[in-house]
Amino acid sequence: MLAYLRRRVLSSALPLLVVILGVFFLARLTGDPTNLYLPLSATAQQRADFAARNGFDQPVLVQFVDYVGQVVRLDFGESLRTAQPAATAVLRAFPATLQLAGAAMVIAVLAALVVGSLAAYRPNSAADRAASFLSSAASSTPDFWFAIMGVLVFAVWLGWLPTSGTAGAAAWILPVVTLLIRPFGVLVQVVRGAMVTALSAPYVKVARSKGASERQVIFGHALRNAGAPVLTVAGDLAVGLVNGAVVVETIFGWPGIGKLMIDSILQRDFAVLQAAVLVTAVAIFLLNILIDVGYALLDARVRQGAMA
Amino acid sequence: MSRVLSLLGKDRFAAVAAVVLALVVLCALFGPPLLGALAVEQNLRAVNLPPLSLDRGWAFVLGSDSLGRSVAARLVVAAGTTMAVAVPAVLLSLVVGSLWGMWAGYHRGWRETVSMRIADVILSFPSLLLAVVVLYVFTPGIANIIAVLAIARIPIYLRTARAEAVELRSRLFVDAARTFGTKDSTIIRRHILPIVAPTLLTVAAVDFCFVMLTESSLSFLGIGIQPPGMSWGLMVAQGRQELRTAWWIAVFPGLAIVLTTVSATVLAAWARIAFDPAQRWRLTVPGARKRSVEPTP
Repeated sequence: MLAYLRRRVLSSALPLLVVILGVFFLARLTGDPTNLYLPLSATAQQRADFAARNGFDQPVLVQFVDYVGQVVRLDFGESLRTAQPAATAVLRAFPATLQLAGAAMVIAVLAALVVGSLAAYRPNSAADRAASFLSSAASSTPDFWFAIMGVLVFAVWLGWLPTSGTAGAAAWILPVVTLLIRPFGVLVQVVRGAMVTALSAPYVKVARSKGASERQVIFGHALRNAGAPVLTVAGDLAVGLVNGAVVVETIFGWPGIGKLMIDSILQRDFAVLQAAVLVTAVAIFLLNILIDVGYALLDARVRQGAMA
Repeated sequence: MSRVLSLLGKDRFAAVAAVVLALVVLCALFGPPLLGALAVEQNLRAVNLPPLSLDRGWAFVLGSDSLGRSVAARLVVAAGTTMAVAVPAVLLSLVVGSLWGMWAGYHRGWRETVSMRIADVILSFPSLLLAVVVLYVFTPGIANIIAVLAIARIPIYLRTARAEAVELRSRLFVDAARTFGTKDSTIIRRHILPIVAPTLLTVAAVDFCFVMLTESSLSFLGIGIQPPGMSWGLMVAQGRQELRTAWWIAVFPGLAIVLTTVSATVLAAWARIAFDPAQRWRLTVPGARKRSVEPTP
């Protein structure tokens, strides 16, 4: 188990390192980094001062050592807009995104497990057709447009839900639904496929012949074995959820990390953008480790290192 | 060609999808030169005209936006931008990813390991995040958007082509070619590429939708196509400001995106069957396709 985890941590750390390096080289080697940090109206004197203060006039190698030190200490400089440390702004926005994405993912997984199992149990039933319609609709509708149509119908025309903000349970409905529709659409197909395989396996026949109830056969026996592929795909989708979160937070004014990123792009606040990207990369790294642990808990063969 | 068309005629959904896609391509080709001027013509006495009225002629059949510009004309011209981004991005990632993947899978060893690692790194990172950083540092022009989208999608083809090449390299005909002293590059081109190509093209068709959606998301967020350029995603963003008073400005470009992606998906699924000799008969027998999808209980 420990050897397995060590191997997984090492392989997940590689993308993280690439991101840290990538941000550095993109920022330093494409011309003058002061152009990224300072507004276009800054004078030559201000630029020179800023460069000297932040060590941009040093050799690249010295800058790189400084940069790595800053990343380790989570010190990304100050936000131009608020003059606060960029890391503070990012860490303050982080829980909001985590709550939103967590709620969407939990609901998507649970709903996909139930609907996907039913669809596999009765092919071509109402649940099956609804699942295949929803998943194809989800993969071809842009999420920003889906969100705006939601606002138009439920907030502007019907007036049932607020257009934005985080106050009250009603404000959660549109963002969470927008965010979960894509992972749900993919997951329901994965659950259905895995369950069709599992339900035709011999152990299901054994469970039935010893008199287990149908509900126990589906949810107790078959679903447990269908869990591994579902977990793998759910992990990939959770990473992809960052894409959706940026869009959803921008539309609904959700004070999370995605909105922070877009705001800092539009106002050219590079310190905050850099901090947000790196913190997200670390979060994805941790998430991948968590998924690997879950994978090992679900499948004893992985735990004992029988599978790579 | 005529056989393909007659097969297409038998499947109603695929035929409609093909017509929609053909229309989009026609708009993309001829829209900008024909309607380019109309799409940017402002008319402050015809602001936020509602759609489905012919009072001001066919140009305003889908209404006008907050500057009095024709929504219909802008939709047609924006189709050109969408295609100008999506088609080169898909082609670029298809060509680079396929060649790279076949090369890695054919040679195996360190070339395969390094290539797969690179693919993992790119895929394990949300594509939007990559785009955000790159488009911040460089300016968000069409060429940069194409480059970002292509890089983000190369791993898809790289993985598919590698997996197929690994399997093919141990086949007898590859061994035979090698015994005759054929060069590696020739084996890849003559013996591996023709077998892998149909799979890769199907992947590309599905990926076209993904690239289109990503481009429209980027434009919607303000880091893709910039005004005065036109893109469906950007039009939705502009319409969002007027949602309370003029819903049509945001609704129609979104519908255009959905129609195009649905059509591309339907046609890709149809093409997968139509270009597979072992499955083509399903299209000629009514109901056979449906039966084949259902698993036997």
